[in-house]
Amino acid sequence: MLGSTAVEKIIANAVGRRVRVGEFVEVPVDFSYFHDGTGPLIIDALKRMGVEKIKDPDRVGIVFDHSVPPYSDQAATLQAKVRKFARDQGIPKFHDLGEGICHQVVPEMGYVSPGMVVIGADSHSCTLGCFGLFSTGVGATDLAYILATGRIWLKVPETLGIDCKGRLSGKVSSKDLILEIVRMVGTDGATYKALEFSGAAVRHMSQSSRMTVSNMAVEMGAKTGFIEADLKTFEFLGREGKTFRTDTKVERIRVDAGSLEPKVACPGSVANVKPVYEVEGTHIDQAFLGSCTNGRYEDLFEAAKIVRGRKVHRDTRFIVIPASKSTYLKAQKDGLMDIFLKAGAIIGVTGCGPCLGVHMGVLGDNEVCISTSNRNFIGRMGSVKSSVYLASAQTVAASAVEGRITDPRRFS
Amino acid sequence: MIKGSVWKFGDDVDTDVIIPAKYLRSVDQTVWPKHLLEGLDPTFSSKVKTGNIIVAGRNFGCGSSREQAALAIKWAGVSAVVAESFARIFFRNAINNGLPLVECKGISKAVDEGDVIEIDLDSGNVKTKKGILRSSPLPPFLKEILKSGGLVEYYKAKRAV
Ligand code: SF4
Repeated sequence: MLGSTAVEKIIANAVGRRVRVGEFVEVPVDFSYFHDGTGPLIIDALKRMGVEKIKDPDRVGIVFDHSVPPYSDQAATLQAKVRKFARDQGIPKFHDLGEGICHQVVPEMGYVSPGMVVIGADSHSCTLGCFGLFSTGVGATDLAYILATGRIWLKVPETLGIDCKGRLSGKVSSKDLILEIVRMVGTDGATYKALEFSGAAVRHMSQSSRMTVSNMAVEMGAKTGFIEADLKTFEFLGREGKTFRTDTKVERIRVDAGSLEPKVACPGSVANVKPVYEVEGTHIDQAFLGSCTNGRYEDLFEAAKIVRGRKVHRDTRFIVIPASKSTYLKAQKDGLMDIFLKAGAIIGVTGCGPCLGVHMGVLGDNEVCISTSNRNFIGRMGSVKSSVYLASAQTVAASAVEGRITDPRRFS
Repeated sequence: MIKGSVWKFGDDVDTDVIIPAKYLRSVDQTVWPKHLLEGLDPTFSSKVKTGNIIVAGRNFGCGSSREQAALAIKWAGVSAVVAESFARIFFRNAINNGLPLVECKGISKAVDEGDVIEIDLDSGNVKTKKGILRSSPLPPFLKEILKSGGLVEYYKAKRAV
């Protein structure tokens, strides 16, 4: 019998029959979630649809992360609208300001499990694919349709395998690995496809590191960034689920994690990736450690190892934002926040922070930022004349200390 | 049949340049078209006219899931977007809001800014000064959503049956 990909199997399992790649299907959704940014349009769409009660409030998560705390009266007004909606609809999995970034909070709370179909109204919902489930991002109207009907239209995606052999070591992290993969695949090399990351490097890395990898699947145009579930996955989620595995031949790209060097994505395109040493010495005005890509405990931990006992460069503002409240608590308990504060860093409120370029660290004309986030488009973090380099937590921390882009391997 | 004159853009036009995040939280939604594609051409919103068509290269609409990108284009009066390829969330958002899209290989080379082109959504054909370019039409299911005017109207029509 012909095999199928894991993603095909998950979709087939949800619709209750075999599905073919390229086929359009209406798929029942196990869990959907959105944030304060996409919420207002979802509510408007539901109103236009004439839906008064959503189908299943238990299968919905709402996390306020984009404007935390609100940066304008308008943002506050829109949040109030979403807050009222959550109350009126009786949505129990509602997390108001300060709980964290949606892609972090949803798995941390154990709202999802392997084998599920999960849809988020945010492009980085592909992150959750690393929990052995199918998860993708959509816009507000799609999410409203899910709230109304419990279903979504999907094209069954083809799978592109990314085989990561070797093992990450030293100051090279899963961020460097995924940046290298984006360079190889290109910004649209995986459009409409599901990426599946596998290989020894992926099996060896922590579940948090896997989140960084799957998070950037959308930067290649992919629908999701699937990783087969294992014990680490169950442990992170605090629950088990149905494990699906690809047992058919798919197109594969190979990358050797063992021979990787620290990387940066240079301004303008996420695929504009170079080894750090090629741009070493570039002046920076700001360094940002945080976001759904790299704001987890292990990122703060690795960065703190570099910053410890040192000072942030006087011409650099170093902004540190934990991805969730639980990350923050653990980092605080273990003394990491002390290290950052004493070094001269600015600690921000848990949430997206300056990642989306509207508050808490917006860049001015001609300013340069090195960031652990996932996008460096023109104007992403502020002025259209500013520029953003993307790198790992280690590289960002080393650069914050030096005031210029620095290879973290210089810090022992 | 959709006919209109063309504004041309390159590859990887992302949602941050289509509509910067700082305008998203506006309660007054009429501001979105006023900042359309501001990141690439600050004067664009004053130039674009109802019935115009946007032609672009690869990966149009990449980046965030913000539906405001598709809405800003639609509300500015743009009648369709023709590109070499689209980012998938933008593609969904456009269809779901009744903004016609055509994925058409070779379009960037075949048209110049200001050209008038003709799009036949049923066949997927695009008529340019250099001849007719063929593309695959949307699958019937998506055409139905588009014809209803978007996913909201599609839902209401289904409910009424
Ligand atoms: S941290 Fe940045 S990329 Fe992640 S959800 Fe928030 S705004 Fe989006």
